[in-house]
Amino acid sequence: MTLNGWMQIFVILALVAAVALPLGTYLAAVAEGRVNFLRPVESVFYRLAGVDPDEPMGWKTYAAALMALNLLHFVLLYLMLRFQQFLPFNPAGIGPMSPRLALNTAISFVTNTNWQAYAGETALSYGSQMWGLTVHNFLSAATGIAAAIMMVRAFCAGGLKTLGNFWADITRITLYVLIPMAAAMTVFLIICGVPQTLAGPAHAITLEGAHQVIARGPIAFQEAIKLLGTNGGGFFNANSAHPFENPTPLSNVVETWSEIVIPFALVFMLGRMVRAPRQGYAIAAAMAMILVAAAGCVYAAEAHGNPLLAHLGVGHAMGNMEGKEVRFGTAMSSLFTVTTTGTSDGAVIAMHDSFTPLGGLVPMFLMELGEITPGGVGSGLYGMLVYALLAVFVAGLMVGRTPEYLGKKVQAKEIKLAMLAVLILGISILCGTAYALNTRSGLGSLGNAGPHGLSEMLYAWSSATANNGSAFGGLSADTKLLDYGLALAMVLGRFGFMIPTLAIAGSLAAKPKLPESAGTFPTDGPLFVGLLIGVVIILGGLQFLPALSLGPIAEHFVMLAGKVF
Amino acid sequence: MTADTISLFDATIIRRAALDSFVKLDPRHIIRNPVIFVTEAVALLVTLLGVRELATGRPWHFALAIAAWLWITVLFATFAEAVAEGRGRARAESLRRARSDTMARRLIGSGRTETEAVSATALRPGDLVLVEAGDLIPSDGEVTEGVASVNESAITGESAPVIREAGGDRSAVTGGTQVVSDWLVVRITAAPGNTFLDRMIALVEGASRRKTPNEIALDILLAGLTIIFLVAVVTLVGLADYSHTHLSVPVLAALLVTLIPTTIGGLLSAIGIAGMDRLVRFNVVATSGRAVEAAGDVDILLLDKTGTITFGNRACAALYPVVGVSEQELAEAAALASLGDETPEGRSILGFVRDRFGFSPERPAHARVVPFSANTRLSGLDIGPDQWRKGAVDSVMACLTEAAPAGAGVAVERIARAGATPLAVARNNCLLGAVELKDIVKPGIRERFEALRRMGIRTVMVTGDNRLTAAAIATESGVDDFIAEAKPQDKLDYIRKVQAEGRLVAMCGDGTNDAPALAQADVGVAMQTGTQAAREAGNMVDLDSDPTKLIEIVEIGKQLLITRGALTTFSIANDVSKYFAILPAIFVATYPELAALNIMRLHSPQSAILSAVIFNALIIVALVPLALRGVKFTPIGAGALLRRNLLIYGVGGLIAPFAGIKLIDVLLTTLGLV
Repeated sequence: MTLNGWMQIFVILALVAAVALPLGTYLAAVAEGRVNFLRPVESVFYRLAGVDPDEPMGWKTYAAALMALNLLHFVLLYLMLRFQQFLPFNPAGIGPMSPRLALNTAISFVTNTNWQAYAGETALSYGSQMWGLTVHNFLSAATGIAAAIMMVRAFCAGGLKTLGNFWADITRITLYVLIPMAAAMTVFLIICGVPQTLAGPAHAITLEGAHQVIARGPIAFQEAIKLLGTNGGGFFNANSAHPFENPTPLSNVVETWSEIVIPFALVFMLGRMVRAPRQGYAIAAAMAMILVAAAGCVYAAEAHGNPLLAHLGVGHAMGNMEGKEVRFGTAMSSLFTVTTTGTSDGAVIAMHDSFTPLGGLVPMFLMELGEITPGGVGSGLYGMLVYALLAVFVAGLMVGRTPEYLGKKVQAKEIKLAMLAVLILGISILCGTAYALNTRSGLGSLGNAGPHGLSEMLYAWSSATANNGSAFGGLSADTKLLDYGLALAMVLGRFGFMIPTLAIAGSLAAKPKLPESAGTFPTDGPLFVGLLIGVVIILGGLQFLPALSLGPIAEHFVMLAGKVF
Repeated sequence: MTADTISLFDATIIRRAALDSFVKLDPRHIIRNPVIFVTEAVALLVTLLGVRELATGRPWHFALAIAAWLWITVLFATFAEAVAEGRGRARAESLRRARSDTMARRLIGSGRTETEAVSATALRPGDLVLVEAGDLIPSDGEVTEGVASVNESAITGESAPVIREAGGDRSAVTGGTQVVSDWLVVRITAAPGNTFLDRMIALVEGASRRKTPNEIALDILLAGLTIIFLVAVVTLVGLADYSHTHLSVPVLAALLVTLIPTTIGGLLSAIGIAGMDRLVRFNVVATSGRAVEAAGDVDILLLDKTGTITFGNRACAALYPVVGVSEQELAEAAALASLGDETPEGRSILGFVRDRFGFSPERPAHARVVPFSANTRLSGLDIGPDQWRKGAVDSVMACLTEAAPAGAGVAVERIARAGATPLAVARNNCLLGAVELKDIVKPGIRERFEALRRMGIRTVMVTGDNRLTAAAIATESGVDDFIAEAKPQDKLDYIRKVQAEGRLVAMCGDGTNDAPALAQADVGVAMQTGTQAAREAGNMVDLDSDPTKLIEIVEIGKQLLITRGALTTFSIANDVSKYFAILPAIFVATYPELAALNIMRLHSPQSAILSAVIFNALIIVALVPLALRGVKFTPIGAGALLRRNLLIYGVGGLIAPFAGIKLIDVLLTTLGLV
C-alpha cells in the first residue's frame, strides 16, 4: 500500500461526498414533486400511457404497478433478444439468443443485475444493446429508486394511507435525474475516448499482416447508465476493464464515482425528506465505514500480493497485478471492486477471480450483506432501512420503550417482513451454492478445484441473488442449471426482497409519527452508526461465515502454507 | 400479601421448578417457543444417533456428551420458566387462602328484609347480600347501604381498616376482605370465578398469560434467526461434501444450537412472568402484560395534584402581620383562634406557631369554641370577653369595628397571587394580619419529575384549582404542564388530544367520574379504594392506592423491555465467538491450515465443540437471576442508557463467551474429560 494509492481512494470518495450531498437535496425535491420544469413532457407520457400521475397509491397498488411494468418489460426484452436478427441496427448480423440464455438475460436486466452469461460483442446486436439493455438499465434503476422513495415516504408523516404514484415517480426519476446525469457523463466519456457509434466493427491489418476485427458500437451512453444506475452490464465481455469502456485513469475516477454517487445521494434524500438530515448522515456513515474498511482490506491484500510469487522472485513491487489493468493499478482496482460489489453494479475493471483469496472474499461478503454499502440505486437504501429496523428493534428495547425508527414504531409485522427479506437472501445464496456444487453440471462449470472452485460458485449465487451481476470469472455460466438457477436467484433477490420492504412501508405509513423525546432511541449519532454496522455484520453476514471459511478463508490459509488451486 | 419475602432462590420453589422443568419438556408445550423447540428436536436426534453408535459398538462418547448438554440446554430453559412461574404461584397461594369458600347471607323477599344462607359461589351479579362485623365479604360488589370499616389486608397487605360506604367514591368492596365493624348491604357485581381475587390469582400464576406485542415481535425475530442458521448449517453439509469434509450429525447439531439464540429464547417467557411478578410485589395488579409493556412506552403522566404532587391538605406557610402588630402577637392570636379548629388547616396553624414561635396554648376550660359555618365562613375561640377569629378575608373584614390598616390589602393580594389562600386573623374585631395557607408539595417530587424528564416523560398536573393557584404549584413542583379548573371531561379531552399526536398517556384515578379517562388512557391505574367503575375501567389496580406509584409502574415497564433487549443483544453477540470455536474445529481435518482461526487455542476439535455447547447451556442458567430480577433501570436518558447497555450486553456479549469457552475447555482438558 502506498500513500498515493490511499489518496486515489480518498479523492474519489471526497468527490462522491461533494456531489451526493446537494444531489440528495435535489432528489428530495424530485421525490416531493417540486421539480417539474418538464411538466409538458411528463404529461405526454402520462397521456400516452393513460395514467393519472396524481392518483395516490397505497402500497399494494404501488407494488402492483411496479410488478406489472417490470413483467411487461421482461416479456418485451425476451422477445427482442430472441428476434434480434429481424430487428434493425444489427450491422454484424448477429443471430438470435437461445431461449434459455434470453430468459436469463432478460431477467438479469429487468432485475438490475446485469449478470451476463454471454459476451456482449458477439451475442448482441447494437439494437439489442440500445433499446434492449440500455433502456432496461434506466428502467430497473428507476424502479429501484421509486421503491426507495416510496419507503422513505412512509417515514415522513403519520397516518398515511397512500405513498405516492408509481408512474409519476419513475417518469420523474428518469426525466429529472437519470437522463440528465447519463447525458452529461456520456459527453465526458466520449471526451475521454469512449466510442459512441452505430458503425459496424472496425477492420484493421496488423503490422504482421494479420486481419483484425475490432468491436465497437454505441458504448458511451450505455456505459454511463450502466454505472449511474448500478446495472453493470458491460458492452464488452471484459466490461470496464476494456479500454473502449474505460480508457483512462480519469475516466476510471468518474466511473467509480458514478457507481456510488446516486446510492449515497438517496440516503441524504432520506434525511431531507424526513426533515432530519442527521438521520441520513448516520446511515451514510455506516455505509461509508463498511465501504472504506472493505476497500482497505482488498487494497491491503492485493498490494501485499501472493507471497508464493514473492518467494519465486517474481517482480512484485506493484502487488498482485494478475487480472488487473496497469493503467488502474491496485489501489483503484481495489476501490472499484468494493464500489461495484457494495452497490449492485457489478461492472469490473479487474478480474475478481485473479485476486488473492482475501481480496476475493471482500466483494463476496459485500454482496452477501445484501448490497447496502451503499447498495444499488434505491435497493441499497431500502435494504439498509430493513437492517436499521432490525438494529433498532434488537437494541432499541434496551432504552425501555417499544423500539421506533424515525418516529415509527417497529412491531411484529415489520419484524416479520424484515426477517423474511433477510431470509430470502440467505436461502437463495446458500441453497443455490450447496445444490450446484453437488451436481455434475455445477461441478463441470467450475474453472478451478478446491476452495477456489467453491468461491467461484458461491460468488455466482451471491452475485445473482444480490442483483450484482459481476462474475468471479473462471465459471462457465451458460449451462442449463446456472441459467435457470441464477435467473430464479435474481428474481428472488430482487422482488423477494423488494415486495416485503414495500409491505413494511405500507405498514409503517399508517402508524402515527411519534414526536421525539429524551426517551427516544437516538438514531442519528455515532452510537447508532456502530450498532447498525454490528447488526449488518452479525445478522446479515455471519450466516455466510461457514461457507466462506470453506472458500476464500480456507484458500487463504492454504495458500500461506504453499498450496494453490 | 407477603410478596416481597420470597427470595430469589427459595428452596421450595427451586425444588418444584426442577421437577416442572421436566414436565415442560412436553413438545406440545415447548412448541410455543420455536428456538427451544428446535433445540429439543436436535437433542432427540443426537440422542438417538448416540444410542445407535453405542448399540453398534462404535465410539459413542462424543455424540452422547453433546446430546446430554443439548438436553441440559433445554432443561435450563424450561427451568427458568418454571422458577418464574413458581414465584408467581407462591404469591397466588397466599391470595387463594382468602378465597376459601365463604357463606353469604342473601337478601330475599319483596322488601329484601329476609336473609337466606347461600354459598358464595352461588351468588350472581345483582344479588344483594348483608355483611356484618366479622363476616368475610363473599364477592366483589358495590355498597348500597351502610357504612363499615373493612380490613382489606388479604388483598393489599395493609392491616389498617378502610371505610366503605354507600354512594361516592368509596363504595367498592372486594370479595375475601373482612368487615370489622358495623354492617353493609352489598350488591354483587362479579360472576363466580371472575372476581377481582380470582383474576389476581390467575394473573400472578401466569395462567392467563398472553404474549405481549413486543414479545410476539421478538419471537418472530428469534424464529427468523433460527431459520437463517438452520439454512446455514444444512447447506454447510453440501458445501462440506464438495470439500471432501464429512460432518457428523452431533457436530452439526452443536453448531446449530450454539448459533440459534437459545439464551434469549430460553429466558424470554421467564422475563415476562418476572416482570408481572415485580409489579405484583409492588402491590400493583395489571390486567395484562400488554399494560405493563405500555407503561414503559408512556410519554405523558397525568397526575392529580391533590395526594400525588401535594399532600392532601393545605397548611400554614407564613404569617403577615399588619403594621403595628408584631409577628409573635399575630402568631399567638392565630393559634388561639385555631384552638377549637379540628380541620387539618387549623392543626397546621397550631403546628406552625408551635415550631416557629414556641407557643402552644392549652384550651382554657371556660373557653367557648365558635365553629366554622358556611354562612359566617370563619371560626374562632372566645375566652371570657376576648374573641379570636380567623376565616375568609372578606368575612373577617366585615365584622371589624375599625377600618383595616392600609397595608393589609397588599399582603392579602400577594398571598392570593402566589396561588395560596389567605386567612384573616382578628382579635376583638381588630385585624392583626393574615395567615398564608398553601398546598405543600411533597418533598422529593421535584427530583422525581426531573428524572422523568430525563426519561423523556412529561408530567401534567390536573387540578380543580384556578389557574393562578395551579401555576404556582406547577412551578414549585416542576411539572411540565398543568390543567387548571379541570372537570372530568377535560381530562378525557386532554388524553384524546395528546393521543392523536401519537403519545401514550398514563393516569391514575379513583372516582366513577374518572372511569372514562382511565379507560381512554393507555395505562390507567385505578386505586384499590376507588369505585368499582374505576377499577373496571383501568388496566391496573394499585392495591396501596398510592397515586405516586405511577412513576414506579413506568419504571417497571421500562425495566421489562430493557431486560428483553439486553438479553437479546447479548445472545446475538455471543454468536461471533462460537464461530471461532466451532468452525476451525470442524474443518481442521480437511484444511489443517484453518487451525489459524482457532484464536482461543482450544485443546482439540472435540473439546472446542463441547466447550461451546456447554457454555451455551450454562449461560442460560447463569442469566436466570438477571432475567428474574431485571436489568437495573436508571433514568439517565435514552442515549446514555443505550450506551451503557450496549457496552455491557453488546460488547460484553461479544467478549464474555471467548473467556467462558476457553475456561470450560481448560477445565475439560485438565479433568481429562475429552
